[in-house]
Amino acid sequence: MGFRILGTGSAVPERVLTNDDLSTMVETSDEWITTRVGVHERRVAVTETTASLAAEASRRALEMSGVSAEELDLILCATITADNVCPTAAGEVQRLLGARCPAFDINSACSGFLFALETAAGFFARGTVKKALVIGAERISKILDWTDRSTCVIFGDGAGAAVLGASEEDHYLASELGTAGGADVIHIPAYEGNSPFRTQPVNERPPVIFMAGQETFRFAVGAMTEHIRSMAEKIGVTPAGIDFVVPHQANLRIIAMASKKLDIPMERFIVNIESTGNISSASVPAALDEANRAGRLKPGDLVALVAFGGGLSSAGALIRW
Amino acid sequence: MTFEKIRDIIADRSGEDAENITPETEYSALGIDSLTIVEILMDIEDTFGVTVEANSVGKTVGDLAAKVEEAQQ
Repeated sequence: MGFRILGTGSAVPERVLTNDDLSTMVETSDEWITTRVGVHERRVAVTETTASLAAEASRRALEMSGVSAEELDLILCATITADNVCPTAAGEVQRLLGARCPAFDINSACSGFLFALETAAGFFARGTVKKALVIGAERISKILDWTDRSTCVIFGDGAGAAVLGASEEDHYLASELGTAGGADVIHIPAYEGNSPFRTQPVNERPPVIFMAGQETFRFAVGAMTEHIRSMAEKIGVTPAGIDFVVPHQANLRIIAMASKKLDIPMERFIVNIESTGNISSASVPAALDEANRAGRLKPGDLVALVAFGGGLSSAGALIRW
Repeated sequence: MTFEKIRDIIADRSGEDAENITPETEYSALGIDSLTIVEILMDIEDTFGVTVEANSVGKTVGDLAAKVEEAQQ
């Protein structure tokens, strides 16, 4: 048994943080951020939680799908910024929606949503679920060093979700997951704790995002182009045969470079980084929802989802819309 | 030839006129940041089929041309 996407949803916090706002906090400018990263503004959570954003995106996806929370057989939430170690973000979404099914989180950094999608595909293949909710939700603002202008201008908060339904005709045509190591490239240390037995901390760095830009850029472009070429080959098409690419929105220049390398025009890349910033695992489902609600995706379109991030992780999914 | 091709890549990525770029031109004078270096190196990979590491590009366009010529041999 395969599956298809029945509906999508997304949610962002109310508070808009513009580049001009940021230029009052760190040494930067709207011109610098716009040309170097491609972000004009992003949203930051003031009262919202990762779980509340996830639940709101999920409600919208359920509404579009015509599926009720009670019908869900599985909830997966990709996140690196769950509000609690436990309950999980997925568990909180289950409670907030009033669902009764199993729910758990998946962490594969910015690639997390696609790792969750692949996990859900396994449940459909075993025939153990008929309706699944897959979410990417993040409150990256809580793991940023707001005095570091090289990282704090890039990221934002938000959530995206998709409701999947079992389907005889599988719309999940190809997928790939990758983990390549690279703690020195992207690193977010965890809370250290205060065990009286520990003689030295695991991490010397504070628990905020550290990213080596050049290495990340190279890895990102390489992973995106390789996953798309390889997935296209698996189903017997060329990258030019892909109607839309929904990439992880990390930096507009990464997307532009991938477009050039793949010879797929930018018009076929779904880009919303200018208004969201990089929202990690939420970025692919949120961009997918935006394109879906704008009516850009037509039934039968070949849509490539592709992501990369800390881990180093990367993933791709080729979907028949 | 190598220098001219690299100069054109750098002109394209920096927005500077190609005729203003000489082997002595420093990246910093062209407003080239660390990610632009990577973009230039990826363009060079496509054009010359050689990989140059970002930490070995020196300070000037001439340094980069020398590195690419070295990698081609």
